[in-house]
Amino acid sequence: MTDHTNAPTFAQTPRIKKRNAAEKRFKGYGLTAIAIALTMLVILMGTILTRGVGAYTQTFVTLNVDLLESKLDKAGTRDPEAIAKVTTFGYSPLLKAAMDRVVAEHNIDTGLKSGDMAKILSKSAVSQLRDLVLSDVSQIGTTVKVKFLANSWIDGYLKGRVTRDSIENNKNVSSAQLDFVDALRAVGVVEKKFNPDFIFGADASDQRPEAAGMGVAMAGSFFMMLVVLFLSVPIGVAASIYLEEFAPKNWITDVIEVNISNLAAVPSIVFGILGLAVFINYMHLPQSAPLVGGLVLTLMTLPTIIISTRAALKAVPPSIRDAALGLGASKMQTIFHHVLPLAAPGILTGTIIGLAQALGETAPLLLIGMIGYIATNMPDGVSAGLFDPNSAMPAQIYEWAKRADPAFYERAWGGIIILLVFLISMNLLAIWLRRKFERRW
Amino acid sequence: MCPALGFAELGLYMTPQTLILAVALLGVLGFFMGRRRALSSANHDPRLMHSLPHYYGVFVFLMTLVPAMLILAIWVLAQPMIVSSLASDLVLPQSIPDGSSLGLIMSDVTRMAQALTLAAGQGIVDLATLGAAADATTQMGDILTSVGVAVGSQMTDDMVQSALDMVRLTATGDWAMTVAIGAIALAGFAYSMARMSKSFWARNAVERFILVTLISAAAIAILTTIGIVLSMVFETLRFFSLHDWTDFFFGLEWAPNFRGDSALSILPLLWGTLYISIVALLVATPIGLFSAIYLAEYASKSTRGIAKPLLEVLAGIPTIVYGLFALITFGPFLKDIFGEGGILGVDWMGDARSVATAGIVMGIMLIPFVSSLSDDIINAVPQAMRDGSYGLGATKSETIRQVVLPAALPGIVGAILLAASRAIGETMIVVLGAGAIARFAGNPLEALTTITTRIVSQLTGDGDFNSPETIVAFALGLTLFVLTLGLNIIALYIVRKYREQYE
Repeated sequence: MTDHTNAPTFAQTPRIKKRNAAEKRFKGYGLTAIAIALTMLVILMGTILTRGVGAYTQTFVTLNVDLLESKLDKAGTRDPEAIAKVTTFGYSPLLKAAMDRVVAEHNIDTGLKSGDMAKILSKSAVSQLRDLVLSDVSQIGTTVKVKFLANSWIDGYLKGRVTRDSIENNKNVSSAQLDFVDALRAVGVVEKKFNPDFIFGADASDQRPEAAGMGVAMAGSFFMMLVVLFLSVPIGVAASIYLEEFAPKNWITDVIEVNISNLAAVPSIVFGILGLAVFINYMHLPQSAPLVGGLVLTLMTLPTIIISTRAALKAVPPSIRDAALGLGASKMQTIFHHVLPLAAPGILTGTIIGLAQALGETAPLLLIGMIGYIATNMPDGVSAGLFDPNSAMPAQIYEWAKRADPAFYERAWGGIIILLVFLISMNLLAIWLRRKFERRW
Repeated sequence: MCPALGFAELGLYMTPQTLILAVALLGVLGFFMGRRRALSSANHDPRLMHSLPHYYGVFVFLMTLVPAMLILAIWVLAQPMIVSSLASDLVLPQSIPDGSSLGLIMSDVTRMAQALTLAAGQGIVDLATLGAAADATTQMGDILTSVGVAVGSQMTDDMVQSALDMVRLTATGDWAMTVAIGAIALAGFAYSMARMSKSFWARNAVERFILVTLISAAAIAILTTIGIVLSMVFETLRFFSLHDWTDFFFGLEWAPNFRGDSALSILPLLWGTLYISIVALLVATPIGLFSAIYLAEYASKSTRGIAKPLLEVLAGIPTIVYGLFALITFGPFLKDIFGEGGILGVDWMGDARSVATAGIVMGIMLIPFVSSLSDDIINAVPQAMRDGSYGLGATKSETIRQVVLPAALPGIVGAILLAASRAIGETMIVVLGAGAIARFAGNPLEALTTITTRIVSQLTGDGDFNSPETIVAFALGLTLFVLTLGLNIIALYIVRKYREQYE
C-alpha cells in the first residue's frame, strides 16, 4: 500500500479508471436490458395496433336493388312461405341487375360482365338480401337501398393489403375489378366505414373473412367467466379461510399447501387434458360448451385466488382478531364479521387478476373443442350460453390465425385489441381498488 | 324393466329446477319457523337463548336444504348412467355394426329417447302404443324428423325398444327422485324443528357446518391434483398396453400413423421442447436479470415506479398474442434476414416457423417473470452486506457482482428454474411459431416440434380414444406434468432454503 501514499487523494490511477469504467459499463448493461424489454413492449403494442386497427373499418358497397316480383314471388300472392322457398341462389340475378343499374346511373365504363361486377360483393350479400326480403315481404316490387359488404380482396385493396401486383395470378379478383372499384369509389358507391359488426357480430365461414366478428366469442368468454367467478371465488375464499385461520399444522395441511403452490405452476395445457378426460370423456358434458371451459379455467384460477386471498388474510393484523375474540365473538364470527371485510379489497384484487389470466388463456380451450367450431349463433339465454357450443375470445383469435389468410390475420389482430382492452381495464380496476382500499397497519 | 310404473308417471314429477326451488322455499320457510319457535320457547327474550335467534333459523334452513341438495346432485349425475346401462341390455349384439361400439349406439338411443320425450310432450306420439306397434322403427323415423333430431346409425327395432325403455326408466327415476328428495328435505326440516328450543346450541351447530364446508373447499385443491394424476395415469397405462413403452421412452422417431404401426417416441419432442426452452432462457435470463439489477440497485424511485409496471405488462399479455406475433411478425422478419433472398443473402431458413422464432418470442414473454422474481430476491439481500462492501471501498458494481449476486444466487437459480418450467409447458407460442417437424435438428433456424404442440395436435380433431395415436397425448401430458412439477419443487425448495438464511 505504500505505493499509493504519494499519489494525490482524488487523482484517478489507471486502476481506479478501470474500475470506474467497469462501473459505468455494468450500469449500462442494466439500462440496455430494460431498454430492450421496453422496446419489445413498444414493438408488440405497435404491431397489434397497426395491424389490428384495420379490422374495425370495412368496405361497403351501397346498391339500389330492385326486388323484382318476377324473380321472388312469381304467383304474386306475397305468401311468406312461398317466398321463403326461393333460395339464396335466386337472389343473385337481383344483385347483377343492381350492378348494371349502378353502371348505367353513373356512366361507368367497364368491360366487366354483370356477374363479375357482382363478385366484388361478399358471398354473404345474397343471404343478407334474402333475410331483408323475408323480414318484410311487402317490399317486393319496390327498390331498396342496401349496404353490402365488399369481399375481403376488395376490402384488402382499399386497405392497401392487396395490390395489382399481388393479385396477378389470383382467381378471386382481377385488376379489371379493382378498376371498377376505383370508379365506384369515385362516385361514393364504395366506401370504407367503421364496422360495428366486427365487435358485436358472429364468426363467419373461412370463405367470408369480411363478415367475421367477435361478438359471439365475447358472449362465450362472458359465460365462461361467469362460471369461473361463481365457482372459483366461493371455493377459493373458503379454502383460504380454512388454510389460513383454522388449519392445524400437520402433514395433511402441509400437503395441501405444497399442492396449491405447485398447481399454480402446472402448465395450462395439463388442465385442458384433465378437462377432456374428466368433464368430456367421463362425465359426458357437451364439447365446446362454455360450461366446460369455465370449469377447466376454474381449476386453473383457483390456486391464484387462494394464494392472493391467503396473503390478504395474513395482512390483517392479529390485534383485530384478538379484540373481537376478547369481546366474546366466536372464532367464526371473528373471521366472518371482522377479518374477511378487512381483507375483502385484497381478495377482490386477486380475483380480478385471476379472472384476467383466465380470460386470456387459450391452450386448455383447444383441447375441449373450442376451436374448429364456427361461432355463429348468439346464445339467447343463460342455459344456451352455458351449454350450447361456442367459442371464446382467445380461441376465436387462434381460429382466425389458423385460417392462414391475410384478411383473417387482420381480424385476429383486431380481436387481440378487444381482448387487451378487457384485460387492461380489469388490471386497471385491480390497481385502482388496491390504491383506494389499501390499508397499512 | 319396471313394468309396474308405466308411462302414467310421465309429467307427474318435478324437474330438478322446480325441485330445487321447492326445497329452497321450504328452507326459507324453515328459517322463519325455526327462529320463531326457538324465540317463543324463550318467551321472546333472546337473552335466555344459547345462541342469537338467527342461528336457529339458519340451522333449520341448512338441515332442510343441504342434505337434499347433495343427494339431488349425486342423483342427477348418476341417473343417466344407470338408465343407459339398464336400457343397453335391450340392444342386441347384432345391431352393432362393425367399427361402431355399444357406446356410440347408446348415444343414438339417448338421442332417440330425448326425441320421444319431446314428441310425447307435444302430443305427437302415444308411447304405450308405439312400443307394441309392428312398424315402430318407421314411426320412430317420422318422430325424429318431426322434432328435428338426427341419429347417426341405422335404427333397428331393438334400439327403438331400448329408447322406449330409457324413457320409461327416466320417468320412473325422475318420479323416485321427486319423492326421495322431498322426503329427505322434509325429514331434515322435521328433525331440526324438533330441536328448536332455547337450550339448543344452534351457533355451534351452524359453525361446525361452516367449518366442514371450508374443509371441503380446501380439499378441492387436492382433488384437482388427484384428478389430474389419475386421469392421465389411467390413460397412460392404457396407452402402454397398446404401444410398447420402450419405444415411447427410448425410441428415436415420432411418426404417428392413423392406420396403426406408428413410431411414437417422446425423445425427438423432448429435444425440441428443451432446445426452444434453452433459446428462450438465453434471451430471458440476461435481459431479465440485468433489468432486475438495474431496478433494484440503480434506478431512482420514479424510474422504478414507471419501468416495473411496464415490464409487468409484458407478463400480462396473453400467450396467444405472443403466438400470433411469432407467426405473423417475428417469423417472417427472421426469414427476411436469414431466409432465401434475405438481407444476409444466405439461405438458412426455409420456413418462418423455427426454434429461434418461438424461442426468442418466448424469451420476451419470460423477461418480466425472471426480472420480478430476481428483483424480489435481490431486495431481500440485507442492506448491511452492501454497506459492509462499500465500507471496504468497493464500487457499486463490484458490490453487486461480488456480494449481492452471490448472496442472491440460489434464489436467482430458483427463478430461472421456474422460468424454465414455464417455458417447457408453454403451448400457444410453440403451436403457432415452432412448426411440426419432430427430429433431432441443431440448426435454430429450422422448425422443430414440442411436447405441447403434439398434445394439441393429437387431441384436436376427430380422434378415436381407442387408438394409441390419440391417447399418446395423455402419456405426453403426464411426462410434461412430472417434468414441470419436478422443476417447481426443486425451485421452490431452493428459494425457501435461501430465504431462511436472512430472515
